[in-house]
Amino acid sequence: MATAVAPGQPATKIGKAATEIDERLIVAGPLRRTLNKVFPDHWSFLLGEIALYSFVILLLSGTYLTFFFDASMAEVPYQGSYAPLRGVEMSQAYESTLALSFDVRGGLFIRQIHHWAALLFVASIVVHLLRIFFTGAFRKPRETNWGIGVVLLVLALLMGVTGYSMPDDLLSGTGLRIISAILLSIPVIGTWAHWAVFDGDYVGDAIIGRFYIVHVLIIPAIILALIAVHLLLLIKQKHTQFPGPGRTEHNVVGNRLFPAFAGKATALFFIVFGLCAALGGLVQINPIWLWGPYNPAQVSAGSQPDWYIGFLDGSTRLMPAWDINLPGNYTIPALFWPTVVVAGAMFTVLALYPQLERKLTGDTASHHLLQRPRDVPVRTSVGVMALTFYGVLWMSGGNDVIADKFDISLNAMTWVGRIGMVVLPPVAYMISYRICLGLQRHDREVLEHGIETGVIRRLPSGEFIEVHQPLGPVDEHGHGQLTYAGAPVPKKMNQVGGARRAVKGFFSPIEQPSQVELASQQERRGLAAAEADEPVGSGRPSEGGRPSEGGRPQDPRD
Amino acid sequence: MPFSHSVAGLRARLRRRADGTPSSAARIRRRSKQRRRLANIAGLLAALVLTGVGYSALAPANAADDAISTQSSAEQAGEELYTRSCISCHGSNLQGVSDRGPSLIGVGEASVYFQVHTGRMPLVRQEADAARKPAVFDNAEIEQLMAYIQANGGGPTLPSGDLREGDLAEGGELFRLNCASCHNFVGAGGALSSGKAAPSLGDANDLEIYAAMLSGPENMPVFGDNQLTPEQKRSIIDYVQTLKEQADPGGAGIGRTGPVSEGLVMWVVGIGALLFGIFWMGTKA
Repeated sequence: MATAVAPGQPATKIGKAATEIDERLIVAGPLRRTLNKVFPDHWSFLLGEIALYSFVILLLSGTYLTFFFDASMAEVPYQGSYAPLRGVEMSQAYESTLALSFDVRGGLFIRQIHHWAALLFVASIVVHLLRIFFTGAFRKPRETNWGIGVVLLVLALLMGVTGYSMPDDLLSGTGLRIISAILLSIPVIGTWAHWAVFDGDYVGDAIIGRFYIVHVLIIPAIILALIAVHLLLLIKQKHTQFPGPGRTEHNVVGNRLFPAFAGKATALFFIVFGLCAALGGLVQINPIWLWGPYNPAQVSAGSQPDWYIGFLDGSTRLMPAWDINLPGNYTIPALFWPTVVVAGAMFTVLALYPQLERKLTGDTASHHLLQRPRDVPVRTSVGVMALTFYGVLWMSGGNDVIADKFDISLNAMTWVGRIGMVVLPPVAYMISYRICLGLQRHDREVLEHGIETGVIRRLPSGEFIEVHQPLGPVDEHGHGQLTYAGAPVPKKMNQVGGARRAVKGFFSPIEQPSQVELASQQERRGLAAAEADEPVGSGRPSEGGRPSEGGRPQDPRD
Repeated sequence: MPFSHSVAGLRARLRRRADGTPSSAARIRRRSKQRRRLANIAGLLAALVLTGVGYSALAPANAADDAISTQSSAEQAGEELYTRSCISCHGSNLQGVSDRGPSLIGVGEASVYFQVHTGRMPLVRQEADAARKPAVFDNAEIEQLMAYIQANGGGPTLPSGDLREGDLAEGGELFRLNCASCHNFVGAGGALSSGKAAPSLGDANDLEIYAAMLSGPENMPVFGDNQLTPEQKRSIIDYVQTLKEQADPGGAGIGRTGPVSEGLVMWVVGIGALLFGIFWMGTKA
């Protein structure tokens, strides 16, 4: 345990105050340990952070919206400032959303930030999930955190659906009608489930209020708690890292939480906030005043859910209308399969994937080093296959808009989707499998024969050969001795030497590259003793392969 | 000519009766048969003329115009245009040609105005959906065509006055109730089955919208004055055109098509920008 060694009496006022606090709360030790946590450095490790920051933006902007939103379904005639709706009967939910859009200072801006951040929240969760999946970061001991992540994704979808429905406009009301139909389609319990959720028949007068409390209290609270567990587990289990020089299953190479990582994280928060603010201010989203208030007698062409529910809309459009009529005047509606079953199956398989893979591969070891997607062709191809399936469903969710904008027959679009969702995933599997193998072989070839320099030499015999630059020592046949260690292999001459840390400087270099080379050599000599028994690969700066930055790799202590 | 013949025949007959020979008697029998035939034809002609005159006296005015070929100059010019550009599909008598074009009898000038002014007619080719394109005929020619079609079978006529004179909010309700299911919330249009489509109302002028409601072109139902009163039609037009001219308070409208374009912006612009951002940070730290 790293107990803080008393460095003597503090001299400054801040130091004295800190000592006073520490004597009472005893925080110096844990704080020092936390601030000294080392996080590995790779651009793809920031994807989850984007989700976290968009959630923070959602909390902040959503809180502002609750000041003005009235989740009541009582009918009122509109008297606000938007002329084309003046006098129209509408629910108070819709009326208050119009009011906060047109009559509240900054209301529309905040509403748009909130909606864009919601789209970004789910999108960044998905991209984060893909990174985890394709690099094998979900393997033991991180299956729990994978499961929590999948639950967070589902909760984010529920969050989106409830939020989408709350303004009670014609678009979201159409979505609500579909939600109601999906609930009704569940065999045996459907009617009861519908009655429980809607407090009676569709649409009733309770659903907006219920969605509201689910949206602003229940789901956010669960998400917050799960994010906390997600991050605590991450800290406890440590972040995974890509293989590279000096990186082992037993260390973490990267930056300390403070100051380097905290600085980057803060910067990313502002980038995410800036993006949401820019979109919220510049690009119109969900203009509910154009949709009109919800009226069950009306429905518009081109009614779509937000993008993250689009795949379910697509599966519903592709599914033939096959009702199953059972004896006893009992029916399982066609809608049940593409919504409840497809979504249930997809998320179940997703949540159980780590266990599935462990069963199938028999790999029960703990892993802290990530895998490059090419090195696990089956998993990568399965992932691409699933993505292709998802992509076909997703595209089909907007097939009427695509048909309209590109002058394609809607029926043709439906059949493209139906055939595509069956045919394309296996094709995608085979193609990505071959690509993975090809990339693997090219890595091995470069390790064995060196980098192609592009220099052609003519031998005395007249033969032309291309000069190859070996990456390391060679045997008597000129073949490289390095083995593949899971790290990126330099494929071009200007990637050689990329294993050293990047030259400092934001817009232009502020240090001499030769000094960096020198420093990294010295550091490597110092490290050599510690890592003599570890395989040494290579790294590229673009892949974050900087072994020497952030101090010595540490054995996992805390 | 037949009349002078018969006069000459009569004279000859009188001359021959005086002869009294058998051959001349046979000739007279033959002649009287001819005479009866001629009298029948004359009678039929007289009856036809009488019927025609009587019909023209009793029938509606435009039919009378037609029968005695007193077409107005506009109708004549319209017929000329029709014969040049429309006749191959709609037939020489507006009766239509099977598998090519429908009959135009009774479609009225509203239909002509909509189809020709939006450039849908003359058709480029036979397909599921006739798309809007630059009009082939200018306004004067369209009026001539309208006059010709209206003169041959009548039908819905174009309205006059301010076509936006209505209640904006009521127009919105009616639009969402009657039109949005195909034309989308904001009149952006939408796909129908098998390549057919409800067009965007983005380029439609007031009169085109009104004429479309009256005539029900292609897959659109007819909204006659019993379904939507003229005031309601004007309200709908007011709503559609107001929405089109209205600025987007939230920023770029991205087509006003809702979640599909929003999702596209999020993935291309949002995720794209952030991936670039973190990639940059990853190479710099």
